[in-house]
Amino acid sequence: MRPEIRDTPSLEVTVLVSVGRHPLTGRGRRADQDARGVELARGLPEAEVQLLHAGTLNEGSETALRGYLGMGFDALTLLEQPEGADILPALAETLDEASPQLVITGECAERGEGSGLLPYLLAERLGWPTVSGVVAVEGIAAGVATLLQALPRGQRRRLEVRLPAIVSVDGAAPAPRQSAYGPARRGQLAFVPGAVSLDDDWAGWQVQRARKRPKRLKIVKAASARDRFKAAAAKAEGGGGQVLEDVTPEQGAAAIFKLLKDEGVLR
Amino acid sequence: MSEIKRRDPRTEWIARNRLHPQHLEVLAELGQGVASEWMGSAGIVRRNPHAVGFMGPNGIKRIDRSGVQQGAGGGGAAKSTAQSKPLVEIEAPAFLVAVVPDLSGGRLSSHDRDLLGLARQLADADPERRGAVMAVVVGAHKEDSYADAGVDRLLHLESPELDGYAPEARVGALVAVEEAWEPRHWLLPDSKLGGADLGRRLAVRLGERPATGVWQIEADARGEGGSGWRCTARGAANTLDIQRPLPRVVLALAECAEPVSETRHAAQPLVLAQPLPAQLSRIEDLGPVAVDPAGVALAEAEFILSAGNGVRDWDGFHRAAKMLGATEGASRVAVDDGFMPRDRQVGATGIWVTARVYVAVGISGAIQHLQGIQSCDKVVAINMDSGCDMIKRADLAVIGDSAQVLEALVALVEQEREEKRHAA
Repeated sequence: MRPEIRDTPSLEVTVLVSVGRHPLTGRGRRADQDARGVELARGLPEAEVQLLHAGTLNEGSETALRGYLGMGFDALTLLEQPEGADILPALAETLDEASPQLVITGECAERGEGSGLLPYLLAERLGWPTVSGVVAVEGIAAGVATLLQALPRGQRRRLEVRLPAIVSVDGAAPAPRQSAYGPARRGQLAFVPGAVSLDDDWAGWQVQRARKRPKRLKIVKAASARDRFKAAAAKAEGGGGQVLEDVTPEQGAAAIFKLLKDEGVLR
Repeated sequence: MSEIKRRDPRTEWIARNRLHPQHLEVLAELGQGVASEWMGSAGIVRRNPHAVGFMGPNGIKRIDRSGVQQGAGGGGAAKSTAQSKPLVEIEAPAFLVAVVPDLSGGRLSSHDRDLLGLARQLADADPERRGAVMAVVVGAHKEDSYADAGVDRLLHLESPELDGYAPEARVGALVAVEEAWEPRHWLLPDSKLGGADLGRRLAVRLGERPATGVWQIEADARGEGGSGWRCTARGAANTLDIQRPLPRVVLALAECAEPVSETRHAAQPLVLAQPLPAQLSRIEDLGPVAVDPAGVALAEAEFILSAGNGVRDWDGFHRAAKMLGATEGASRVAVDDGFMPRDRQVGATGIWVTARVYVAVGISGAIQHLQGIQSCDKVVAINMDSGCDMIKRADLAVIGDSAQVLEALVALVEQEREEKRHAA
């Protein structure tokens, strides 16, 4: 057997992880999309994966962050930022210094504003391309990554993006592995001080628990009483549907085929 | 046909006899119906209340005020109401509100229409200084009802660079629009179909902090933040409501406002003066990837072939689903009888589907099943019974043996694939 020639340096990947929030109990946990991002990075061959978190360390967030360490990491870099700070400058600075090839994030945070802007802001600041909704990295060759992007309705699209790049992971990406308790306890949280800039806009906004959105009523705008009565009394029906009776199966099939073609569902 | 005029003494007699129950109908047929309204000699409108209406089947006089009797029929009436919507034209708008619709499948989605409704709210708030809604359509489209959706100005940007997934080129084009018109607000749908991605890119490029997940806006009398509007946006994975002044770039959720329905608008085309800027694209679209339709969750499948009690040839059905590339569904009966797994059941007791095209094979259409397919766009029914409820719901119904129709359909698809292969 010939020893493999490793002329390509290993790929440096940084995963930005955040503290999630359990939808029912509200406790801190691994954020779902971030954990999927870590899983994605773990699946990359010959990748050196770094975990990076910007925020405060307290009881709730420590269990959440150690959850990521339990996915098979020795250390997690923690950029110390106070509550309510704008983490963007510190993150951008750190990433600029470390200059990884690929940065993986979740799409939206589970706490705070959760606007999903971070990958775009970082990309604009660093001048890197960004791709959202990635479910798989199919391969990386010659500074170009081939990605699989999730579209609505379970569809997928293949993209090529030039590295270095920032990708955000969709909820349809492979589920993260379970976090192992021992490695999670043993892992180190490496503190790094970062520049602090406060988010004044956020402090000025009113934030409350989400209330249920009102259901849209079916409003009948009818000019006459007859129309209103018809709308209230009529059974739901498509109306104006074409019915082909007494046709051969071939004619019927041709009509269906035409409709499927027009709708563009046949490939 | 001979040219000889035939007299019908009976109708003439009825026309003379004004006490006859069919008197008015016959008069109307002969074209000499009694006018119920006419201009009197003194310039006053005179009415004959006895001439209004017609005799119903039970010999009772009925008055139809819906306007259907005067018109040609149902379809004509619907068309006339569309025509009769007042046309709103804004000649010199005080400002512009730009909307970038998703146009999934080339048509305005209901989300896009809601967004245009939101734009109208912003534009029409001050009747003294009305703004115009500008729709920025990027790439090819098939939509022609922009006027009814509330669009005052329509800007269509087309270039081969903008097709497919080209977020960088699209943002570049929108920035060119920004430079040319400087709209007061940019509204985009916060949807996975592209609006969410494009809107965030645009906001970052413009240096604005956008409001994402907006589901409500209200006028803000205090005028904080300058825009005069406040918005309520969802944050933190839909667990928070954030109230803030409305920024320039807004990414709004579906049902953020009522769509425009009562007015027509000009949809006047605009042209971008300068050519679109050339963009260095670092993201290349390699096109869609074929996915296994059986692996797609039924609730989000685009194209479903669903089987019911009427299916006898199950092998043929599975083959058809495979050939058409459709996700398989089933009615409750087919599942209960053990022909299909439980997780494929469509309906109120199973999965509520959102398919664009739903083909129901041998399904009669129980009300629970029809509830489950409420949000499907096009429903095709293949059924033996022409009187069943599924036929009433369907946009296209074929009455016949489902096995034969499916077989013919598979043959058509195979034939087309063959032709494509030969051509290629």
